[in-house]
Amino acid sequence: MSGPGHSEPGRLEPGFSDLAGLPVARRLHWGRWLAAVLIVIALAYLVRAFAKGQIAWDVVAHFLTVPVILSGIWNTVLMAVLAMAVGIVLGIVVAIMRLSSNPVLISVAAGYAWLFRGTPLILQLLLWFNIALVFPVMGIPGIWTGKAVVIMTPFVSALLGLGLNQGAYTSEVIRAGIISVDAGQHDAARAIGMSRLHALRRIVLPQAMKVVLPPLGNEFIGMIKMTSLASVIQYPEVLHNAENIYYANSRVIELLIVAGFWYLLVVSILTPFQMLLERHFSRGTARPGA
Amino acid sequence: MTRPMVAIRNVAKTFGTFQALDGVSMDVMPGEVTCLIGASGSGKTTLLRCVNQLNTIDSGAIWLDGELLGKAKRGDRLHRLTERAVSRQRLATGMVFQRFNLFPHMTALQNIVEGPVQVQRRPGREVRAEAMALLERVGLADKAGNYPSELSGGQQQRVAIARALAMRPKLMLFDEPTSALDPELVGEVLAVMRGLAETGMTMMVVTHELGFAREVADTVVYMDAGRIVEAGAPREVLAAPKEERTRTFLSKVLK
Repeated sequence: MSGPGHSEPGRLEPGFSDLAGLPVARRLHWGRWLAAVLIVIALAYLVRAFAKGQIAWDVVAHFLTVPVILSGIWNTVLMAVLAMAVGIVLGIVVAIMRLSSNPVLISVAAGYAWLFRGTPLILQLLLWFNIALVFPVMGIPGIWTGKAVVIMTPFVSALLGLGLNQGAYTSEVIRAGIISVDAGQHDAARAIGMSRLHALRRIVLPQAMKVVLPPLGNEFIGMIKMTSLASVIQYPEVLHNAENIYYANSRVIELLIVAGFWYLLVVSILTPFQMLLERHFSRGTARPGA
Repeated sequence: MTRPMVAIRNVAKTFGTFQALDGVSMDVMPGEVTCLIGASGSGKTTLLRCVNQLNTIDSGAIWLDGELLGKAKRGDRLHRLTERAVSRQRLATGMVFQRFNLFPHMTALQNIVEGPVQVQRRPGREVRAEAMALLERVGLADKAGNYPSELSGGQQQRVAIARALAMRPKLMLFDEPTSALDPELVGEVLAVMRGLAETGMTMMVVTHELGFAREVADTVVYMDAGRIVEAGAPREVLAAPKEERTRTFLSKVLK
């Protein structure tokens, strides 16, 4: 190794100064400091503006925990969880239909996604709530029937509207996850004698979850806020209840702040759950110690 | 005369306009090792996948241990079998893939146990004991709890072999089992396969390892353009090929 152009180990050729032992100086990030200072000033100004503005903070504090608001946020969370459950079940079924080799199932699945993604959610909610105008009586003829006005309560209408709409979006998220799993996994599952559906359940879907969960978490957070649209059909979720209060006492901003606080709190509590789920479904692929 | 384990007659398969198999006929006798060699695109992998019904054949017929695969004769017509019946037929064959295809969300042991417990509905305790014995046999008893991502390529392929064996197949199919491995890991996989051949397992092996074919195979089949060009004992096909195309291929591979 001592040909021309190679120096002996530990010795430097002339012209190169010895750097060993010199400390590395810390770099000063002037840009970061400047940005931080500007943001602190802006925040301080905002806080001051809100503090001096026409907001009765004692009213906010009072209404934060009144029973109507608490039952409202409970209804919000309940509806979000149930509608999301409906959406996920529908989404899985529709995604599997879409990926099947049956042209009828494929068309039905595509038509469903087209219909429910193509119309505004608020329109769908209003349709479900007012469906009694079209079908005064619903049920299975001869077995069980009931008056649509009685069946389609705000709760049922909201659950149907939000769930069916969510299913259309979730089906695409699940489909993306299924497609992302290597074709060799299907082969290996079939080779040990699994049917298509069995392979999907045991082998493909668990691996698809890794891809599905982040966007699904997004959808769930979206759903918590979308429930507020159900206020137009009298579902007593938190925004609806907040509105009812400010119609009476005119404390509009105060009650909107109360509702906003609860939405933020619920979303903040749910975010860590997503991380736990993601960790569970990334087993086998997570880097050790990560 | 004994009945062949695999009887392939006049099998053709096209993918779009590509003729992957063009009238292939061959027999694999019980306990025999048949090595399929040939350039990529010659149809050897497709033939293997057709035997396992991962691809359906366009025409011709394949019998496995006397049972017609994929179709059943009723009256004067052939009817395609249901997916469930095809899955049941697949239980008779074990398949090892070029890229291992272990289930990444399961440990080595869980990979092996999955088929017998989930598909064959055998009792978990018995299957686990058998799976541990299989891991021992492929030299990986200490890796039972490891995920595939924590294993080397050679170790993954050995787990994949154990996974296929756990189904107690009559026939083992190997699709280029060492092609995705680093050179220093090829030996350990071939050693496991050699051991398996010695136990009398019937094997069809698509391979580029001519040394393995020479030592272990009873029959070597050279394929080109979806047809069998030459088949026979290794000392004939590999050492003294009759066909010009076989000679050309061997000279390229051995160079």
